Amino acid sequence: MRFIDEYRDGELVKGIVGKVNELLEELGREVKIMEVCGTHTMAIARHGLRNLFRRNLDLISGPGCPVCVTPGSGFSLVFQAAETGRTVATFGDMMRVPLNGRSLSTLRGEGFDIRVVYSPYDALKMAEEEPEKEFVMAGIGFETTSPLFASVILECNRRGVRNLRLISLFRLMPPALNTLLEAGDLQIDGLILPGHVSTIIGVKPYVEIVEKHGVPAVVTGFEPVDIVESIRMILRQLVENRRMVENEYTRTVRHEGNVKAVRLMQEVFKPVDAEWRGLGKIAGSGLALREEFRLFDAVEAYGLKPVETGEPPGCLCGEVIRGSRKPVECRLYRKICRPDNPVGPCMVSSEGTCAAYYYAGIEK
Amino acid sequence: MCLGIPGRIEEVRGTEATVSFGGTRRSVRLDLLDNVSVGDYVIVHAGFAIEVLDQETALQMLNTLREVFRE
Amino acid sequence: MRDKIVLEHGAGGRLMHELIGEISRSLKEPMKGVDKAVFKTPSGRIAFTADSFVMKPPVVKGCDIGMLSVNGTVNDLVTMGAKPEYLSLSLIVEEGLDKGFLMSIIESARDAARRARVKIATGDIKVVEKGGCDKIFINTSGVGRVYSGVKASTLNAKPGDAVIVTGSVGDHGAAVLAARGEFQLETDVSSDCMPLTSILETLIRKRIPFHTLIDPTRGGLATSLNEVAESSRAAIQVEEEKIPVKKEVSSLCEVLGIDFLYLGCEGRLIIFTPMEYAEETVKALRRTETGRETRLIGSVTGKSKTGEVRILTRAGGLRSLPMLHGIPLPRIC
Repeated sequence: MRFIDEYRDGELVKGIVGKVNELLEELGREVKIMEVCGTHTMAIARHGLRNLFRRNLDLISGPGCPVCVTPGSGFSLVFQAAETGRTVATFGDMMRVPLNGRSLSTLRGEGFDIRVVYSPYDALKMAEEEPEKEFVMAGIGFETTSPLFASVILECNRRGVRNLRLISLFRLMPPALNTLLEAGDLQIDGLILPGHVSTIIGVKPYVEIVEKHGVPAVVTGFEPVDIVESIRMILRQLVENRRMVENEYTRTVRHEGNVKAVRLMQEVFKPVDAEWRGLGKIAGSGLALREEFRLFDAVEAYGLKPVETGEPPGCLCGEVIRGSRKPVECRLYRKICRPDNPVGPCMVSSEGTCAAYYYAGIEK
Repeated sequence: MCLGIPGRIEEVRGTEATVSFGGTRRSVRLDLLDNVSVGDYVIVHAGFAIEVLDQETALQMLNTLREVFRE
Repeated sequence: MRDKIVLEHGAGGRLMHELIGEISRSLKEPMKGVDKAVFKTPSGRIAFTADSFVMKPPVVKGCDIGMLSVNGTVNDLVTMGAKPEYLSLSLIVEEGLDKGFLMSIIESARDAARRARVKIATGDIKVVEKGGCDKIFINTSGVGRVYSGVKASTLNAKPGDAVIVTGSVGDHGAAVLAARGEFQLETDVSSDCMPLTSILETLIRKRIPFHTLIDPTRGGLATSLNEVAESSRAAIQVEEEKIPVKKEVSSLCEVLGIDFLYLGCEGRLIIFTPMEYAEETVKALRRTETGRETRLIGSVTGKSKTGEVRILTRAGGLRSLPMLHGIPLPRIC
C-alpha cells in the first residue's frame, strides 16, 4: 500500500535505529519517552520495535486510548440507552469492555439492539432507513474523532433526522498531557505526540505545554520509520539541550492543523470538565453539545443517569493509563486478564496498553 | 488515537468520494476537507477523510532519510 | 415441486423421499440405503474425521457452505497423512429455505467432491422449524487410507524443521469478513477453499519425510503455528516478509485494523519437514495447481517447554506471535 509500505522498510528502520542507539549511548543515562497515543503503543508492539533499542531507552505508554480513559460511569450511560430500548451504534472497540460482568456484546446476546459501525455516518444512514427506531451513538474518542460526530450532527439538522442522538464522552488531549506533566512524578524526558489528533489540532497547542514543562515533543506518524525517526529527533534535542515541539509527520500534519475540522468541532461542542480513568477530573478536557444542539443529547432526552463503578479488584488500568505502571506489573495480567477474558478496558481495547503488550507476547 | 489509513481518491461525488486503499474500496465523507481531487491521497479515519496527504513532502522526507540512513 | 423447504421435507414421508431422490440424482451417487454405506475394509490404517459447518453468510466470493463442507473434511484427512476416499453429507435445513438455493449448495458439494476425487457415500437431511438453525448447517465425516509409513502429527515437529506454507494466507477469513457487509467495503478478496489432496500426493511421491501437516483454518496461521509449538514443545520463528499474502487481503486488514495472520484459510497446508528437504519441497509443490505460491517462511529454532512462536517483522523487530484469543473484532479507532 502506498504511503505505508515505504515506511516499513526494514533497511531504513535499521539505519535510523543505528543512529538512535548512538545517541542513547552518548546520553548514557536512562531516557524515558512516553508515547501518548494508543495507536502508537500498538504499532510499536506489532512491529516489534521495543527490543531494537539500547536498554537505557524506556518507552512508556500514556493515556491515549479513548476507550481506556473513559470511566465506567460514562459507559453505564451507553448500557442504559440500550437497556431502555434504544438502538445503540458504537465502534467495535467498545463491544467487549466489561462493566460489572457484562459488556455491550453480552447485552446484544440478551436481545438488545446494538450495532457496530465503522463510521458515525453509518449511524445516520441507519437512522434514516429505520425512522421508527431511536438511535443513540456512543461518542468516544479524541480530537481525531469528535469533528466527525460534529459533522454528522450538522448533517442530521440539514436532513431533518430526528431519531439519532449522541452520548458525548469525547476527551481532549492537550489538557491531559498538561495534567500528566504537571504531576511530575513520571520524569518524562520526551513525548511522542499523537499524529492524527495533531492532524486536526495542529502543532500549536503543544507549544505552550512544552515551554511550560521543558520536555521535547515530536508529532509522529504511525509507521515504523515515523516512530524511530521521531525517537531520533527527541534524543537529538536532548543531546543538543533543546526543548521544543517538532513535526515528524509532515506529510499529514500541517502546523495549523485542519482548521475546518476544528471549526466544526467548536460549532457543535463546547469544552467541559471531564473525568479520566487514571488521571482524575481534568478541567476543560471533555466535550459537551452546545445549547442549540442539546436536542441531540441522548442523556438529556432519555434521562440517563451515570452509575459510578469502582475498578475491578486488582485491576491496574488506572496506573497503566497514566504511565506509572506497566502491564507486566499487574497481578492479573496474562494470568487472568487476557483478551478473551478482559478485566479492564486496557486489555479489551485495540488501543489498550495491556492488549498491545499481550499481543507482542511481553511477559516481563 | 487513532487509526487513519492513506487511500487514493478514485471518484468524487460532492460530499463523498470513493477511496481505494491498495485495492480495498470504500465510500468516504469529505465534510472535513475543502478541495479534493481524483488522484489525491487522503488519510481516512472512521469513514471520513481528515487531511490530504502532501505527496511531495512525503517523497522529499523519504529521500532525505534514505540518503542519510540507508546503506 | 415446491419452491421452499417445509417441515414435511424432513418428516420421512413422500416429500422427503422426493427431495432425497432429487439430491442423490444431483450428486450422481445412487444412494441405495440413503443413509447407509458398506465397504470392504482395506489393510493398513484408516483415518476418520468429522466436522460441522455453520458458515455465515453461507455464500462468499469463491466459496459456499457446500464446497467448504467437502474440502474441510478432505483437508482434515490430508493433515492426518491420508488419501481421502469417502464422505458422509448430513444437512440440517431451516424451514422456509429456498429449494433452489439448497440444490445449488448440493451441486457445489458435488463439484467439490468431484474435484477432490472423493465419493459422497451416504447422508441425511433434517428440516427444523424457522429459527431452529441459520439457513443451513452441514456436517461431513470422512474416511481415508493413511499412506504407508506416514506419521504426521502436531507432536512431531523437531528443531531444525523448515516451516513451509503452500500459498497466501487469510483469503477465506477475509472473504467472509468482506461478505458480512457491516463495513461497506468493496473488495476483490476471494476464498482459497480447495482440496489439498494433490499436495500430499506430491509429498508422498517425492518421498519428503514430513513431520507435521496442519491446515490453518479457524484462527489462521498464527493459531496453527502455536498449536504445533505447544504440542511439539517447540520454538518456532517465522519471517513476516516471507509469508505470502494477497494485496487485497492485507489492504482489507489494514483498513479494518486486524491482523491477517489470524484470518482462516481453507486451502492451505503448513508443512514441517527437515530443512534439508525444504528447497525440494518448495520446488515440487510450486509445480502443482494448488501449491503454486508455496514458500519457506521460517523454522523450528529449538525446544520450548510451553511452546513459543515468534515473528521477525518487516521493520526488523522480533516479537512474540501469540495464539488468537477471542474473535478478531475489527479496530475502528
